[in-house]
Amino acid sequence: MLGVTYLIILLPLLGFAVQLVGGRRLGDPVAGGVATAFIGASFVVSVGVYLDLLTVHAPVRTYTQNLWTWIPVGDLQVHARLFVDPLSMTMVLFITGISALIHLYSIGYMKGDRDYSKFFLYMNLFVASMLILVLGSNMLVTYVGWEGVGTCSYWLVSFWFTRESAASAGKKAFVYNRIGDVGFLLAIFLTFDKVHSLEYSTIFANLGSIGPGNITAICLLLLVGVMGKSAQIPLFPWLADAMEGPTPVSALIHAATMVTAGVYLLCRINPLLHASPDAALTVAIVGGATAFVAATIACAQQDIKKVLAYSTVSQLGYMFLAIGCGAYEAAIFLMVAHAFFKGLLFLGAGSAIHGLHDEQDLKRMGNLRRYMPLTFITFGIGWLSIAAVPPLSGFWAKGDVLENTWAAHPALWVVGILTAALTAYYMSRLTGLAFFGKDRWADEVAIDATTDMAGSHHAGGTITEPHESPRIMVIPLWILAFFAAIAGVLALSNNHFSLSHWIDPVFGSNLFDDNLTSTAKLALSSLDAVIAVVGVLVGLRLWMAKAERPSLEGAFLRHSWYINELYDTVFGRPLERVAAFSASVIDPKVIDGGVNGVATAVRRSGSLLRRTQTGYLRNYVLGIVLGTVLVLAFMLTRVWWN
Amino acid sequence: MTVSPDWYLALSAVLFAIGALGVLVRRNVLVMFMCVELMLNAANLSFVTFARTLHDIGGQVLVFFVLVVAAAEVVVGLGLVVAIFRRRANATADDLHLMKG
Repeated sequence: MLGVTYLIILLPLLGFAVQLVGGRRLGDPVAGGVATAFIGASFVVSVGVYLDLLTVHAPVRTYTQNLWTWIPVGDLQVHARLFVDPLSMTMVLFITGISALIHLYSIGYMKGDRDYSKFFLYMNLFVASMLILVLGSNMLVTYVGWEGVGTCSYWLVSFWFTRESAASAGKKAFVYNRIGDVGFLLAIFLTFDKVHSLEYSTIFANLGSIGPGNITAICLLLLVGVMGKSAQIPLFPWLADAMEGPTPVSALIHAATMVTAGVYLLCRINPLLHASPDAALTVAIVGGATAFVAATIACAQQDIKKVLAYSTVSQLGYMFLAIGCGAYEAAIFLMVAHAFFKGLLFLGAGSAIHGLHDEQDLKRMGNLRRYMPLTFITFGIGWLSIAAVPPLSGFWAKGDVLENTWAAHPALWVVGILTAALTAYYMSRLTGLAFFGKDRWADEVAIDATTDMAGSHHAGGTITEPHESPRIMVIPLWILAFFAAIAGVLALSNNHFSLSHWIDPVFGSNLFDDNLTSTAKLALSSLDAVIAVVGVLVGLRLWMAKAERPSLEGAFLRHSWYINELYDTVFGRPLERVAAFSASVIDPKVIDGGVNGVATAVRRSGSLLRRTQTGYLRNYVLGIVLGTVLVLAFMLTRVWWN
Repeated sequence: MTVSPDWYLALSAVLFAIGALGVLVRRNVLVMFMCVELMLNAANLSFVTFARTLHDIGGQVLVFFVLVVAAAEVVVGLGLVVAIFRRRANATADDLHLMKG
């Protein structure tokens, strides 16, 4: 099966082509079914490749598939080449698997949308781009996928582009990603300058020739790229706005195809990070800070999807923290677990939103467990999992990260454990508000146009009774809930199928060894568990009873630390002023002035010259005679001088 | 007795100057025309003179070309003059300044 690795990418691309040519004709719901089938087929191929890769017996199981030489220019030889190793295989498996489930769910969620087939067209391309990203064997192929997911996210976030907010959210996502992409691009240039190759294997083999300073520079530039894609401080605000897209898109971006790209890239370049402790420490600090800041913001958001968005930012912060400590396996473990429970949470939230006829305001939900029992049970598993309540997957994954942080940077561990408490709290707040308490959706409320996400179709009125979602939306919830619950088994050590046994060879000696005694580990895990349970209880107790607690939702947190306002003041306003200056001064004075000036000069000189055209023959003759005299005089002087 | 070529050249120069001055100062179109012819023939005279002095037949050949061109020019020019006089009775060159810019 290894020989057909290319099919993993080709199948979603084919799905894209089918949608492109015949999507509209296939219509609702066949187009969605076809798209799902292609992703599902890609997943099946991935499993086949995975099973085949297991039979490779080597210290590091790898397989390289050379497709064609892409750019053969002198020194620059870039191959379209796929690289399969346990790291990329892990990514491929959960990307295709979770994407297939999200596609299945979308068949129900997008039912009746005007651009039904267009949605699946973008979704297929999105998955294909992400697969190119993780399977590329050199930086340039990865970069193609990197840009692909950026573009597709723009299309999908602004999918309902007739809404002003969705259109600008798409732009915002694109711009933030572009800022990051510049970093990635510069890193590619610098790498090529030093190594004369972009193949990861060649780069890692020639670390010595790059020099420590340049390695740090490359790592930091890549970090800039990764900050954009994985929404880390300071490039994280776009992810919250990206909630304007349809909910399955949010699930796809958060669980499988977009934000994990940064984590993957940093794991891929682990030899570089290992060679540059400064860069690794920067990654850890960025991750820790992001985890904490995003968690505090999530505590005060009112839109159910925004809470989930900030929780993703926070969880990604954890992954960066782990990578910064050198605990790549912990980062991957959390990423896989997160893919399950965050996909589940988003799809569950989508189900709730769908059931409430597109209401996203938590304060207008409440008591949904009575009306949507299936959604509630599956969402509950996701909630307890992300809150790290044992024995669900989140507990093991987060515990792994925190253990390593404790051993590497105790100060960051404090931040991590605080964030864990906040995570349990805000997720319980969300669940308490949405699924417990009173049926607030039945209340008559004046809807504030600035916060209402649902549009105008039930503005000012009550919402009709919520309903459970169709089966096609609930099935993916069950599957994801199952994995979110049991993904912890990946952590079982001494198991032939454990994650560490599978993926550790990729990192080899670059992997951080925490050297903790089993007593210390037990103590740390117990602390995690206690913190999680306390956080859950506090959150539920506070928010089940009352929906309004202004003292706990400070304006500072509601406005996401005023980060958007800050960027607006520091970058937006000055640039606006520059633009206004250009419009009012440079454009009329310099540019128009230049153009009009040339015209005026021509006209002036023309009106001067026309005086010579008198129309009188004698004037012309005089001109001719004087000219002749001048020419003759000139010739005479030449003769006399010599 | 032979006349020195210098005299021919001097005569040519004088004729040319008279012609040029005539074109500059006279207003009558026909007179101006005759002055142009005078200048052409002044040039012809110096051509012939140099042909004799330098023993080069080329100068005399050139005179024939000039004569031909002058004849053609007179045809066109007189045609224009006749056309002008048909439109107005007492046209001087200064009345004809339609080409003023």
